[in-house]
Amino acid sequence: MLEVSGITQIFGGVTALDSVSFAISAGDITGVIGPNGAGKTTLFNIITGIYRQTAGTVHLEGKNVTGLPPEKLARLAMVRTFQNIELFGGMTVLENVMVGMHTKSSAGLLACAFKMPWSISEERRIREGAMKWLEFTGIVDLADHVAGSLPFGKGRLLEIARALAVEPRIILMDEPAAGLNSQETVGLAQLIKQIRDTGITVVLVEHDMELVMDICDRIIVLNLGTKLAEGTPREIQESSAVIAAYLGDDD
Amino acid sequence: MQFDQILQYTLSGLSTGAIYALIGIGFSIIYNATGIINFAQGEFVMLGGLLTLSCLELLALPLWAAVPCAIAVSTVVGILFERLAIRPLKQPTPINLVIITIGGSILIRGLAMLVWGKDTHAIPAFSGDVPISVGGATILPQHLWILAITLVTICINKIYFYHTISGKAMRACSYNRRAAGLVGIDVRRMVLFSFIISSAMGAVAGIIVAPLTMTAYDVGVMLGLKGFCAAIIGGMSSGLSTVIGGLLLGVLESLGAGLISSGYKDAIAFIILLLILFIRPQGLFGKADSERV
Repeated sequence: MLEVSGITQIFGGVTALDSVSFAISAGDITGVIGPNGAGKTTLFNIITGIYRQTAGTVHLEGKNVTGLPPEKLARLAMVRTFQNIELFGGMTVLENVMVGMHTKSSAGLLACAFKMPWSISEERRIREGAMKWLEFTGIVDLADHVAGSLPFGKGRLLEIARALAVEPRIILMDEPAAGLNSQETVGLAQLIKQIRDTGITVVLVEHDMELVMDICDRIIVLNLGTKLAEGTPREIQESSAVIAAYLGDDD
Repeated sequence: MQFDQILQYTLSGLSTGAIYALIGIGFSIIYNATGIINFAQGEFVMLGGLLTLSCLELLALPLWAAVPCAIAVSTVVGILFERLAIRPLKQPTPINLVIITIGGSILIRGLAMLVWGKDTHAIPAFSGDVPISVGGATILPQHLWILAITLVTICINKIYFYHTISGKAMRACSYNRRAAGLVGIDVRRMVLFSFIISSAMGAVAGIIVAPLTMTAYDVGVMLGLKGFCAAIIGGMSSGLSTVIGGLLLGVLESLGAGLISSGYKDAIAFIILLLILFIRPQGLFGKADSERV
């Protein structure tokens, strides 16, 4: 599904990532974990085309997508969410999701601009589709609220709904549980599993170990810019290298 | 002071104000999509008027054909401007972009001077010059055309931004460009769109005002600044606040010119501009973070 190889990122003289390689198989929930500064978010930013890496390649479904900008990747069915949620603050919740669906709009952008009546019926179709995603994430009752006024937890759900509206085959989430209370985190875990069950591959960076161990099929551990370990949650929990990285070495 | 006179100034102020509103919305649309104040906006107003003139006189087109033709050509100039001057920029910092738009405006104005000369040109009114009497004041049919066309243009804009996916995508860009890219919106295409819409609206403004005020290669400077002023009063929104800003400016200017002295007509606009920038930089109606499109 997603294959990164030899990803290296050097900021000034600092090596943030040093030749990181891994493959993510379709239909899995994969967690990327590691201590602060391990390079998790940098890795995400490279995969999703926000940073341009110093070296290395990214393949999505066998296709080389190295260095493609985010909007092209979205069209290739890869989307992401941010640690600090990024919404269209002045638009309604529903409109946020509708914008997410615009790549699927059969009326091209120009057609929209010039064939008003037809694209208005197109808009109705998109509106219904958007409502479906709001139902999926459980915020349908907030459809008419202004996105900027949502509490943080709801904003996160909206960001996920908007990302799903792009109809991705793979979704990358940067610390989806950050800033959520424990009840919201339980709901989130449920939602992520549901997303996986619809056939979407999920990759997440996360600090909440309980969440990661609970929902992930596979885990990749980064430490100081290199891949330290990779395996099932059980294997990771038993790995002495991982324990040493998190808790410090005895020596 | 007689009521008749005030009514007269107010009515003519409203129609000039409508022009300022159209130009101001052009400023806002580009600003919201790109963060640029496009100081070449006024030149599209000039192009609209002068191109209509050429279509009427050189191509001998009837007015109903000359107007769309002039709008189309102005829009093409807008597209070229974005493609040749804005998009290729390696480091699109706001200051670079602003200076480029000023340079572009000088270039377009210079070319217009070569093509149309330095004379002032007149365009016939859309439907005659017979004044209409309104409660003691008189207005020209062209005033009504201006108000009606402005209203229609603003409604089309509203429908586009709020009821089409492409319009929503443009609003999304103005709120959060990064997130817009992430959901697959091609931000650069939206920038091009904003130039298309703005240059077309500027041309419309230039065409409908030309029969009243005449037109020349350099009318864009003052009209552009007045439109900018309207946009500032409206807090750079491309909705109602800029329309009100334009109308307010037009009426105040007209009242000031009539009641104090016509010598102060332009000064009034700039005093208002400065006052707004000093006292309420977010616009007259804006909350600190106003609605933008």
